[in-house]
Amino acid sequence: MNDLISILVVVIIMSDFLLLAAGSLRAAVRIIGFQGLALGVLPLCAHQNGLTLRLVAIAILVIILKAVVFPRLLLRSLRESGAPRTITFFVGPVSSLLLGIFVLGSSLWWGYLLPLPERSPYTLAVPMVFFTIVTGLLLLVSRRQALMQVIGYLALENGIYAFGVFFAQSESMLIELGILLDVFVGVFIMGIMVFHISREFDNIESSQLSTLRDWFRGSRRPAGGGGTLR
Amino acid sequence: MSATLLAIGHIVLALVGAPLLLGIINRTKAVFAGRRGQPVLQPYFDILKLMRKGAVYSSTTTWIFRAGPAVTLAAVLTGLCIVPFAGAKPLLAFQGDLILIAYLLALSRLMTVLAAIDTGSSFEGMGASRELTFSMLAEPALFVGLLALARVTHSLSLDGILYKTGVTGWSIGAPALVAAALFVVFLTENARLPIDDPDTHLELTMIHEVMVLDHGGPDLGLVQCGSALKLWLLGILIVGVASPNLADASLWLREGFAVAGLAALAVLVGIVESFMARMRLMKVPQLLIGAGALSVLAAILVLG
Repeated sequence: MNDLISILVVVIIMSDFLLLAAGSLRAAVRIIGFQGLALGVLPLCAHQNGLTLRLVAIAILVIILKAVVFPRLLLRSLRESGAPRTITFFVGPVSSLLLGIFVLGSSLWWGYLLPLPERSPYTLAVPMVFFTIVTGLLLLVSRRQALMQVIGYLALENGIYAFGVFFAQSESMLIELGILLDVFVGVFIMGIMVFHISREFDNIESSQLSTLRDWFRGSRRPAGGGGTLR
Repeated sequence: MSATLLAIGHIVLALVGAPLLLGIINRTKAVFAGRRGQPVLQPYFDILKLMRKGAVYSSTTTWIFRAGPAVTLAAVLTGLCIVPFAGAKPLLAFQGDLILIAYLLALSRLMTVLAAIDTGSSFEGMGASRELTFSMLAEPALFVGLLALARVTHSLSLDGILYKTGVTGWSIGAPALVAAALFVVFLTENARLPIDDPDTHLELTMIHEVMVLDHGGPDLGLVQCGSALKLWLLGILIVGVASPNLADASLWLREGFAVAGLAALAVLVGIVESFMARMRLMKVPQLLIGAGALSVLAAILVLG
């Protein structure tokens, strides 16, 4: 069981690296779906006192939401927004990967500073959680498309969820469901927003969204309300 | 005494067998492309043909150009004396020789680069620049990976690392990750396909081939010998990392495992080359840093 968790933790870390290196939106959506699958299996292995129906239910729910529903929603809004399929960067994939290696090292350090409350055999759990959260933050700030920011948000949430799996084994089901519902609604709204943004304007690049106002200083209003840069 | 004889036998085996790996790679690619392909022994014929020719040297070159292929070959041969084959004691083994192996590889690369720059051709300078950029990125992957294995096996000698990684706990994961990272390094160092195409002669995409364009005759033969031996050297490194602990197995089983591992690696390279196109030059650093990330992850796994 311990080995299985180790493998899952490594898989999640690798999927974070893949997210940082991804070059196409479709690949990024697939990777986040895969990460959701790994996260869904995690509570089934991480429990210390027996499989309960509650755990299984949560695992199934998480797998359905994170590995099936979210990727489908994202792929749908990707398809319907007709946006270019390649990711555009503020910080390129190579620098992101280097930053990722640095962050992985620092999360190991943070993991030593903040161990799990009970002596846990999973030494890498906390670093993995930090790494996933910071990866989500990195994706949020360093990618231009709104869709990548949804994915960054999902990665962030995945990290928090993984923390919950290790940290709060006895938290009530209601809270878990509440969190899941929150994220679901969040992704839902963001998917709709991405779709609407892309229908209203020429692209879903968040850097172009700063020119949303009607009045454009010093020059005439750009056509279509947003930038026409692709 | 017999251990020394065995080690010498392994070096002879490398000298004789290394071009065969190139032959196997070519044959695999041919089979996947639906061709019959060149004979498996073609690399031997090529080297013999080149050795019989005379050399032509440009008057702008200095002794560095002539020393290049020989030093490269010598560095790789020295490396072969350090890396154990099939778990047997290598000719030379001491604590810290895993650092020496990285530097020997660097030395062989440096001499190739210097010889290329010595010709004064800007074209070769371009190849040299690319080679150095990529090898600079490949080096951390190699080093950190080897250090991770050193941590698992508590040894700083390749003799204590290769074929010794047992299978308990994290040490399952780390050698697999390091082997994956080393495979990328292997493809880079040997100028194989996703990074560099050994068959292309299109000037915009060449990396390694462009540096040896001005070598001819015996020099080119030495260069090809050297690159075949480098393939063998890095190959036995990967086979050693990925292999289970074979310390108790019989001699013939270990030898057979190592040889079969090398052949399988060559076939794997052939398959990779059949299914992958050459990467865009800008994408290569990404792949190499990805390999570095794998090594770092392996190191963190064994630290944790």
